[in-house]
Amino acid sequence: MIAFIIRRLLQSVIVMVAVAAVSFTLFRFVGDPVNSMVGQEASIADREALRDSLGLNDPIFLQFGRFIGNAAQGEFGISYRLQMPVTELILQRLPATIELALVSGFLAFVVGLSLGVYTALRRRGVMSNIIMTGSLIGVSLPTFLIGVLLIWIFAVELRWLPSNGRGDVVSIGDWWSTGLLTHSGRLALILPAITLGLYQMTLIMRLVRAEMLEVLRTDYIKFARARGLSARAINFGHALKNTLVPVITITGLQLGSIIAFAIITETVFNWPGVGALFINSVRFVDVPVMAAYLMMIALVFVVINLIVDLLYYAVDPRLRVDRAGKAH
Amino acid sequence: MTSDSKTPVPPKPAGRLYRAWDSDLAYAFRTSPVAIVATVVALVIIFCAVFAPWLAPMNPYNPAGLNLMNGFTPPMEPNAFTGEVFVMGADNQGRDMLSTIMYGTRTSLFVGAMAVVFAMVLGISIGLFAGWRGGWVDSALMRVADVQLAFPAILIALLIFGIARGFIPDNLRDQMAIWVLIVAIGLSDWVQFARVVRGATMVEKSKEYVQAARVIGAHPAKIMFRHILPNVMGPVLVIATISLALAIIAEATLSFLGVGVPPTQPSLGTLIRIGQSFLISGEWWILLFPAVTLLALALSVNLLGDWLRDALNPRLR
Amino acid sequence: MTKLARALTLSVSAAALALAAGAAQAETVRWARVADALTLDPHSQNEGPTLALLRHIYGTLVSRNVDGTLAPGLATDWQIHPDDPTIWVLTLREGVTFQDGAPFTAEDVVFSYERVLHESSGFRAIHADVVGAEAVDDYTVHVQMTGPSPLYPNNLTNFFIVDKDWAEANDVVAPQNFAAGEENYAVRNTNGTGPYQLVSRDPEVRTVLEAFDGYWGDAPQVTEVIYQPIPEAATRIAALLSGEVDFVQDVPVQDIARLEQTEGVQVVTGPENRNIFFAYDASSDTLRSSNVDDNPFSHPEIREAMALALDRDAIMQVVMRGQSQPSAAPLPPFVNGWTEEMHEYSAPDYERAAELVSSVYPDGFSVQLDCPNDRYLNDEAICQATVGMLGRIGIDVTLNSQTRSLHFPLIENWETDFYMLGWGVPTFDSAYVFNFLVHTREGSYGAYNGGRYSNPEVDAMIESIATMTDLDERNAVIAQIWDQVMEDRVFLNVHNQLLAYAVRDGLNIDVHPENSPTLWTVTVD
Repeated sequence: MIAFIIRRLLQSVIVMVAVAAVSFTLFRFVGDPVNSMVGQEASIADREALRDSLGLNDPIFLQFGRFIGNAAQGEFGISYRLQMPVTELILQRLPATIELALVSGFLAFVVGLSLGVYTALRRRGVMSNIIMTGSLIGVSLPTFLIGVLLIWIFAVELRWLPSNGRGDVVSIGDWWSTGLLTHSGRLALILPAITLGLYQMTLIMRLVRAEMLEVLRTDYIKFARARGLSARAINFGHALKNTLVPVITITGLQLGSIIAFAIITETVFNWPGVGALFINSVRFVDVPVMAAYLMMIALVFVVINLIVDLLYYAVDPRLRVDRAGKAH
Repeated sequence: MTSDSKTPVPPKPAGRLYRAWDSDLAYAFRTSPVAIVATVVALVIIFCAVFAPWLAPMNPYNPAGLNLMNGFTPPMEPNAFTGEVFVMGADNQGRDMLSTIMYGTRTSLFVGAMAVVFAMVLGISIGLFAGWRGGWVDSALMRVADVQLAFPAILIALLIFGIARGFIPDNLRDQMAIWVLIVAIGLSDWVQFARVVRGATMVEKSKEYVQAARVIGAHPAKIMFRHILPNVMGPVLVIATISLALAIIAEATLSFLGVGVPPTQPSLGTLIRIGQSFLISGEWWILLFPAVTLLALALSVNLLGDWLRDALNPRLR
Repeated sequence: MTKLARALTLSVSAAALALAAGAAQAETVRWARVADALTLDPHSQNEGPTLALLRHIYGTLVSRNVDGTLAPGLATDWQIHPDDPTIWVLTLREGVTFQDGAPFTAEDVVFSYERVLHESSGFRAIHADVVGAEAVDDYTVHVQMTGPSPLYPNNLTNFFIVDKDWAEANDVVAPQNFAAGEENYAVRNTNGTGPYQLVSRDPEVRTVLEAFDGYWGDAPQVTEVIYQPIPEAATRIAALLSGEVDFVQDVPVQDIARLEQTEGVQVVTGPENRNIFFAYDASSDTLRSSNVDDNPFSHPEIREAMALALDRDAIMQVVMRGQSQPSAAPLPPFVNGWTEEMHEYSAPDYERAAELVSSVYPDGFSVQLDCPNDRYLNDEAICQATVGMLGRIGIDVTLNSQTRSLHFPLIENWETDFYMLGWGVPTFDSAYVFNFLVHTREGSYGAYNGGRYSNPEVDAMIESIATMTDLDERNAVIAQIWDQVMEDRVFLNVHNQLLAYAVRDGLNIDVHPENSPTLWTVTVD
């Protein structure tokens, strides 16, 4: 197990370097940062001088080496756009995104799992069909449109919920801020969390249902029934437990895409998280922020994948046997 | 969909596969109203889209044929300046909404279908290979998948757009936008296929029947495609179904973020992106009709996929 | 039931009364616009939202009225030195204090000049003709210019004055230097002479300002300003409609009618100092994106045909919903050098235009139009409409619309044949247009002359007006340059943008031509 973890950690480092290389290539195509940084009056000589001082005229390898060296120390420089240290900027915005992602991920998991189990057990029920069809409407429209429609209905027409921002937030320690402790913060979280979690919820629900149906048909469930175990014990003790392997995989992977997808939700709801920061940075070609964001996303993904793999191993003994067999 | 052949004489070479398609599936289809309605809706939309150049009242992709003064004409009302009437109204550029939706659906369907095919072929091949070989090959491929997942589709699209800009001459960029989208969406989607196929392959691989096939010396490729692949087709179909709808929606999302087909040749997603800015001002038809078309298309595809998954799975009967 | 209703009504009206009473003392305005200030450093970023926010905190020597004329600020008077036309004499306002309590003197102006001329300043080009400033006494400053610069005070409206001692104490004698990799104290901390002082700032989320007690002018009626950037147009308007903000800048043109009909909301509009136009490369031998062997734009017939095909009124009516002033010359009406006749444009004549095109190219020709999609009001839609109009006369235009950070380098690097550009004139003088858009690209000239226009005679005239002191003579030369530019059809101008601000009822705000609203002049009913 320890050897496995060490190997995976080494692989993770390689992943991070690869992400750095790819994102670095990317920046050359996003636009010219100098154009955004100087006013329209700046002369061509001034622009060239700034380009020089930023090191943008250095050979690409040199720029990349410098970037990797600094990134390894968690040093991403000063934002071209907001002129603040990038690390601080991202850490300041991260709580908003993580809070949104966790709340919508939790929402998606709980609702998706319950509805999935329900629709699997009552496969032919009218309610199940309504749930199955209804959940599809939510994933048959683009996220930004759902967000805009929710704002339109609940903020503009009904005026029940705020249209943008995070409401009042409470600081916990130096690095964390939460909106969960204030009334306006909780209200502000509702629409973005639904918008962000809707797709994942449907996915989890369909997955749980499909897996449950599979498992319920297997011989050992039939055998359990024959043995006279209660329906409750069979459904939740055996069927659901066996369903969880692929569901955990997908949910874990989805947590990563929730953070990536937060870009759109944050843009629509003006949510002050890292996704909105990133999109604004792309528009401005704020290379230091873009680089740091991509490295952060890569780190989150690597960690999630590591955890999912470990869970996978813990839950399904067959994989462990396979791996052990390979080891000698 | 040969629903009349109730008592087919199964031709020998096709064997089991043919029987399953012919009798069971056809029967399940005939008895499922949801499947029938979804199929009809999807077919109507696809038909209108494919034959748009012959069916549409005008060609909205030809800017020279447009009259800007027709802009914002409400449905079924004559325009105040030109007197022209449009069934579904006209958009901000004076394009007939009905024609624009037909052409737009055509673009969206093409992008979606091609992206899914691309993602599926890539994902299944990599997933099977990684799951079968295991070891360092598996690790390397899955790390590639990690890197891939680390990049949101928007970034992949930007990267590919950027590279394309370097390679493609200026005057070809227009047609290239669609292919760039296909590759971008497809690339951001293959990992899902690969991970599911890989996971299932690893599980199947250790089962007795596969081990037995190995013992008797069956070629790995044969085992993979004959034995393992059919067993993972269930989850793959679920993903493929959602992926088609999702690919069409991803195209819309990319256009919202400023990457997509040129506005002179809008897709369904581009139309929605344009339309949502007229939600507050009250020109509802510019948003409503494309959104309903997208919803109907994506929903019917999703429903068909749902039904297909249940119907294809013999153990669910 | 009725009792309860009455009680509720009573308490509601009591609350309303309390609010109304409080309005006289404390009035908060929640202000939303598309982007945040990039920095609070007064000399770092010469960019719209940054200038607009900083104007509330820092004072300028000269300020700009809503009609475009100059008004005294920290300087009460400015004169050319009677003995030396290359010196501007600035008389400073007495009794002004900075927000940390330090008095404002000539020393601070001289220091601010040093800071704004520093190589990491974003405003160097605006003060390029300044050699240096010198304090004659506590309230008089001499600004030495490289030559006579009769219109230089126009360049002072965005020049913020900082306190010398404060800057030295906090080690911010120069604006942010990116290469150094350290954050400058002035990015998040301020000390100005303006009507408001900074309370808190969370970049891109919220910036809170409160009225500064020691402000030299009238105390503002709006005592607290909460500034919130909301980039998405629909979200921004939704926030106003749902009562979450009080004042929205950057209102999309299509939403104006709806907002005007909404109870409790009003819309004010006014012309912006910004023209939207197309320009093309008429000098190169061939184009990058055309299917013909020579350069179509080099033919006067083609340039004339394009002018005839552009239906400016239709763009104004449909794309801009009436929120634009169509014109033939790329010059806003309040800028020096503007004449009525320069703005006259002919009605579209597609037949004549098509004839002109086919006289040169019987089969027409193709070309790519580069266009930004997130910079100007409805920029992409204007380009799209233009593509259609040119299509009708046999010019097959491919539209390449993209984000601003990809679009503008095309113009700077001469990588475009045909492009859209919007140009504001912060100095309110034609020379600014000539220097950047008309003069041959060399040295500090022609940075945005993406069409490679080059005419030595025009260049000589442009250089000559920089130092002319006789304003009548100077205006005559400006008119001559414009005649040549219009005759050569250097630009295909579309319109002057109109700005729209939406505010809740009870707030009276004027549209500022530089889109830089001043909340301390807002009156509250």
